[in-house]
Amino acid sequence: MANIQPKVDAVIVGMGWTGAILAKELTDAGLNVVAFERGADRDTQPDFAYPRVVDELEGSVHRRYLQSLAQETVTVRHTPTATAVPYRQMGSFKPGTGVGGAGSHWSGCHFRALPEDFKLRSNVEQRYGRNFIPQDMTIQDFPVSYDDLEPHFDHFEYVCGTSGKAGVINGVKQPGGNPFEGSRSREFPLGPNPSYLGAEMFYKAAREVGYNPYPIPASNASAAYVNPYGCQMGPCNFCGFCSDYGCLNYSKASPNACILPVLRLRKQFELRTHSQVLKVNLDSDGKKATGVTYLDAQGRECEQPAELVLLCAFSLYNVHLMLLSGVGKPYDPASGEGTVGRNYSYQNLNRVMMFFGKDTQANGFIGIGGGGTTIDDLNGNQLDNGKAGFVGGGIIWARQPGSGPVRGVSVPSGTPNWGPQWKKAAADAFRHSFYYEVQGACMSYRQHYLSLDPTYRDAFGRPLLRMTFDWHDNEIKASQFLVNKALDMCKVLSPQSMAGDAKKAGGHYDITKYQSTHTCGGAIMGSDPKTSALNRYLQSWDVHNVFVIGANAFPQNNGYNPTGMVGALAYWAATAIREQYLKKPGPLVQA
Amino acid sequence: MSDDANVPARRDFLRKSLTLIPVVTLAGTGLPRLVQAAEPATAPASPEAPYQPTLFNAQQWAFVVAACDRLIPADATGPGAVESGVPQFLDRHLQTPYANGAIWYMQGPFLEAAPEFGYQGKLNLKEIIQVGIKAFDAFCQTADGKAFAELPHPRQEELLKAAEGGKLELDSISAKLFFSNLLNEVRNGYFADPSYGANKDMAAWKMIGYPGVRADFTDWVTVRDKPYPLGPVDLAGRRG
Repeated sequence: MANIQPKVDAVIVGMGWTGAILAKELTDAGLNVVAFERGADRDTQPDFAYPRVVDELEGSVHRRYLQSLAQETVTVRHTPTATAVPYRQMGSFKPGTGVGGAGSHWSGCHFRALPEDFKLRSNVEQRYGRNFIPQDMTIQDFPVSYDDLEPHFDHFEYVCGTSGKAGVINGVKQPGGNPFEGSRSREFPLGPNPSYLGAEMFYKAAREVGYNPYPIPASNASAAYVNPYGCQMGPCNFCGFCSDYGCLNYSKASPNACILPVLRLRKQFELRTHSQVLKVNLDSDGKKATGVTYLDAQGRECEQPAELVLLCAFSLYNVHLMLLSGVGKPYDPASGEGTVGRNYSYQNLNRVMMFFGKDTQANGFIGIGGGGTTIDDLNGNQLDNGKAGFVGGGIIWARQPGSGPVRGVSVPSGTPNWGPQWKKAAADAFRHSFYYEVQGACMSYRQHYLSLDPTYRDAFGRPLLRMTFDWHDNEIKASQFLVNKALDMCKVLSPQSMAGDAKKAGGHYDITKYQSTHTCGGAIMGSDPKTSALNRYLQSWDVHNVFVIGANAFPQNNGYNPTGMVGALAYWAATAIREQYLKKPGPLVQA
Repeated sequence: MSDDANVPARRDFLRKSLTLIPVVTLAGTGLPRLVQAAEPATAPASPEAPYQPTLFNAQQWAFVVAACDRLIPADATGPGAVESGVPQFLDRHLQTPYANGAIWYMQGPFLEAAPEFGYQGKLNLKEIIQVGIKAFDAFCQTADGKAFAELPHPRQEELLKAAEGGKLELDSISAKLFFSNLLNEVRNGYFADPSYGANKDMAAWKMIGYPGVRADFTDWVTVRDKPYPLGPVDLAGRRG
């Protein structure tokens, strides 16, 4: 029988970025907080300590820093009528587990969405007319504006020691930054990191074709830094182990390095690791959460009563918990009714690989996850979607998170996969090749959604989350358009050979190939409870003391990495809880 | 091709290892070791003890050695998989929790699905390799009257290519699935840290110019005009 714990003010499910932010903010407000983390406790020392952390076999094959799929995973299918099968081996996306979550193994690209990204539907309708939007596309405006979030974007960047160059400060353009960005209230906390060769060559190529290149905002510290919480960061040493790895150097921002050192000292904060939350418990009329049921480290089923329940797990698992717990009504693609699971979207990532001669010292093993160069000339309002023929834009970038041979040596297309020719090609290419990527937006559609699988179960006996997703013509067109633009740009660099991997007409979503961990939507924020699971404060429309914080809240995904936006939304929601909800618990927006 | 010179020696090893069952070692491969600059940091103090497989039986071991030798042969570019120790790597790595399904979702039902959904079978990595070797050798016995390891190199290459392209019908396992997992593991071993049993003397890292686990390149980010000058370092702190 359930072992009932003493009631607390708030429970937090998941100790990644959003969990750490909410725990900090709510303990600041004097609340007693218990946080549940399904994985282990982790810290820079000893978990990310050199040299073990840079063992490629452990990091990239055994996936030491990622979620194991053995206990929990999702099932995937392309259409609402197909039978889904499990995501059995890590491929397309890589959720984290353990303290720090995906926030410890991310790369560090730290963007703000563009002002026009917040009002995507109304902006597209205004510019190109209603009929430009495909019938099945269910994109929506965010119920918040860029200006609403600006102070929170800013604060999160200062917590992370984000290194970059502002393009617009208080409405005034700044040389060297992104001229198309939303106005910032101040400069980045740290200047940009130095450019490796690929990033430097990107400046040349982009300028030559008339684009406006700028440094990718990187939460990989370019200098020693102390954040507003007093946490110290050291300058990135380009070790080449960002993506999929914890940072050995206190350089890549993470919950572990930037927030937990403060949190761990707080008496009102308790962290329970190896604790799997099974569901959110609701009162008899289903309008209020009473706490959560979880398995403790010994596997005992326990109940933790709380006044406030904050779902801060990875986006997919937040939606999973809502569906398992009956927080909101499940979405039905046939009728379009229900909201939980609606508007699942992803990221449209594509690559252009370039091979050079022996004199080009690309040195891909020198790596920094978020550092590099990018352009916004094909993103937001800079792109004429009417001419391009699709909704949503994207960015092209030089990014070099670090390569190593277990992670894979790229060889020119047409090379055999083994034997002497492969060896020769690998030896020739390893130091003299690099890639640029196209990171495109991904729209949401009526038929792309999350639900519970009728067949497959997790290790705790619960139905797995089921993902219904495929590439839509709109994203395939975008992929082809953006990759062609990238190839045109790369010609300037005269590589010996290059190849783009644009999506082909009729091609399908392939879960075996890593593309992006930017799984978005499924429990989106909106201004209408009929078409969104959460209100503008990420509060459940249906259960007012449940807030669901994460990329699950995006109505669709833009061309950027989501973490900057996720952090800003977390601070935005925390502010609403502190300043409004705690004073008067109840719905913060009337349905 | 330089591996022609190695054929008799390798055959000799396989014959010996098969007649000496169950005492199977790699010490007798007879393959010439890579010529190396004498460097006290990496040179072993005494001759290495012969490797004794603990997972593979003699027939499997012979297959693995022969397949490794075809997938990454020794040549002028760099070391071959066999002399690098990849067979030892496989024997050890396939016994790890990883190879026994620790991070894969292994629950049924096991449905057939389009290739975009990846491997949907019930075998873990160790089983894929073991079942695959058995089926592959059975195929060779039926088609050619010999085990894979006993076939001439061109025939071995032909069969591996057929498996890679999905053009080989094996009993009980997809040849393509077996091949792709085998190749993956061979490459993993070839390039992984020497502590995993292969990449002897970091020779595979030297071949491609990978500096191993140095993990600090602050002073070289903006250098453009000369190759990175330092050799590799491994997890044990040895310099290659």
